[in-house]
Amino acid sequence: MVRSHIFSITWVKFFMSTPAQSRQAGKNRSQADRTLDRSFIWITRIFAFSIAAVLVWIGFQVAVQGLPALEQFGLGFLFTSTWSPNPPNVELGILPSIYGTLASSFIGLLIAVPIGIGTAVLLSENILPLSVRTILVFLVELLAAIPSVVYGLWGIFVLTPFLGTVGTWLNKFLGWIPLFSRPESGAIGGPGLLPAGIILAIMTLPIITAISRDALTSVPKNLREAAYGLGCTRWETLLKVIIPAAFSGIVSAVMLALGRAMGETMAVTMLIGNSTNKISASLFAPSNTIASLIASQFAEAGGLQISALMYAAFVLFILTLIVNIMAELIVLRVKRL
Amino acid sequence: MFSFKSVANKSRLVLSLSVLALSATLAACGGGEGTDSAGGDTPGATDVAANTKLDLGEDTTLNGAGASFPALLYQRWFKDINAKYPNLKVNYQSVGSGAGVRQFLKGTVDFGASDVAMKDEEIAQVDRGVLLLPMTGGSVVFAYNLDGVNELKLSREVYADILLGKITNWNDAKIAAINPGVNLPDQNITVVHRSDGSGTTAVLTQHLSDVSPEWKNGPGSGKTIQWPTGIGAPKNDGVTARINQTPGSIGYVEYGFAKKGGLNIATLENKAGKYVAPSDDSASIALGAIELPENLRAFVTDPDGDESYPIVTYTWLLAYKKYDNPATAKAVEAMVEYGLTEGQKVSTELGYVPLPANVVEKVAAAADSISPDYNINVAAK
Repeated sequence: MVRSHIFSITWVKFFMSTPAQSRQAGKNRSQADRTLDRSFIWITRIFAFSIAAVLVWIGFQVAVQGLPALEQFGLGFLFTSTWSPNPPNVELGILPSIYGTLASSFIGLLIAVPIGIGTAVLLSENILPLSVRTILVFLVELLAAIPSVVYGLWGIFVLTPFLGTVGTWLNKFLGWIPLFSRPESGAIGGPGLLPAGIILAIMTLPIITAISRDALTSVPKNLREAAYGLGCTRWETLLKVIIPAAFSGIVSAVMLALGRAMGETMAVTMLIGNSTNKISASLFAPSNTIASLIASQFAEAGGLQISALMYAAFVLFILTLIVNIMAELIVLRVKRL
Repeated sequence: MFSFKSVANKSRLVLSLSVLALSATLAACGGGEGTDSAGGDTPGATDVAANTKLDLGEDTTLNGAGASFPALLYQRWFKDINAKYPNLKVNYQSVGSGAGVRQFLKGTVDFGASDVAMKDEEIAQVDRGVLLLPMTGGSVVFAYNLDGVNELKLSREVYADILLGKITNWNDAKIAAINPGVNLPDQNITVVHRSDGSGTTAVLTQHLSDVSPEWKNGPGSGKTIQWPTGIGAPKNDGVTARINQTPGSIGYVEYGFAKKGGLNIATLENKAGKYVAPSDDSASIALGAIELPENLRAFVTDPDGDESYPIVTYTWLLAYKKYDNPATAKAVEAMVEYGLTEGQKVSTELGYVPLPANVVEKVAAAADSISPDYNINVAAK
């Protein structure tokens, strides 16, 4: 039923004809047309399923290759802070990388979400003239086109020296808070969690902004008009009508951004300091992420180390899955309210 | 039907791409078919005259993969070889020593390259037999960034202690004692190390394990180790850039990178207790000090001699003992010959260490067994 309906619409568009004509055409279609329809459906099905199959296959392969490490280290792998791959005493664990992945993504989102949603609101409201908004939209989306290695270089040469100045100041006045304490590796202003988090914020901004803006602009006009009609101010309309209506879109924007942040490799590897064996409370201390651990070590790894990296990749897979499920739950919960 | 088929192909393509990405090898590039000249010249190959040395039949392509450290030199050699013998083309992909050895084991390349040779159990996996051929040498240096300090001596105890995180300030009494007259600032030491697995790290840590029992029992040696202190940066150039960026930092890189990056380089105490600055000469002397065993695999973890720079290494080309295709075998020998003769002349220019003459002869003798049709001649031309 549904399918035939969709297809009659397609035919309408295709022949630019009236509904009555198309229904007529639909009844008298030739065998070739029907075959075309059917093969189109099959093609789209295959596309959809092959995407799912690729995902499952990647997950399966990663898991299989990670199995030897899983047997060797068990779940302790997730809670160990040692990364010492050389015989005779091989001991591998990724707790610092798990922490670094979550912490850097969290810092990134902490900065990017308010700025991104704020920008999206500005760009979807008629506060600025359209021409200015168009330019802004273009510029924000351009951020997404910058290769991550360029972000990494910019981070090394511009961001970290700047953060060195800011960080020294923060350390001087707020150094008693562990977050701003001096890392034991020496200088503030080197690579660490903070520069990596800030780079992730910049890199995820276009995702959050673009998708949130789409969600906000697709809120039906009559909702807004009804709110105004009831005497709501623009402020009330925005916070109590428009944003709640676009909420699921905004959450998926944030989750997509989180996925990007957790998986980002190049820029983070260049900025995070790649410390495989320490968790430090300080924002200025070097850390590591699962993605950058894998990228750094895969080429020269051998034996159990490869397997351990695959295990780490599988953990990242699961982490991302958990994050996505949580996002779905949030959306469901909010819809019910 | 056509569209269905193309979709099926497409999904298969996507799937195989994902597998490729996963295993991160470049194996699918058809490396196994190094030559396509299996044809009819083989019966007459025995009577190849000495003056038509590269009678390979048809054009021959050799594919190699491995260490990134000698990549600059190899790429130069292979470009020059192609200019000399237009029918011989050599491709080299610098994918890292570990990946190079993996591809070599799988047989997807004609030769491999590694900074740490191969382990016995890896050699045992190759039915055709393996030749480890040292092709050039290099040294690992400590580069540092310290305002107003252009010359710095480090004793073996001091550089081990810095990397162990036991000496954390530049004005430490131990550093001051061996550097009289140098104005050492009150500044934290930031150690910069490699974040990726690396032959450079292996060479350095083997040396450290040799000179410091505490290092041996602590971090140990390997391509990736558990660093007691410091920040990680990727690749030689990443470490160089990071040292440049961070005042008070010290890190280790291949000599060529430190020289190119204009960094200050520390003078190190060698086994004889003398302080030696890294240079082409001091590295070459150190390499000459070691007696190569039968299999040509020797790690110069702590060379003897007053003028030897302490942290040096060979880098190896990995070749099979036998090749199915006689033309490939000949081509491999020709390539090795070129590297040992004319290739050595350009190595200093690119920041590498030329092989001592006795080593050249040993390598040539070993490689000569690959093909019965070709005689490697390394006598001065």
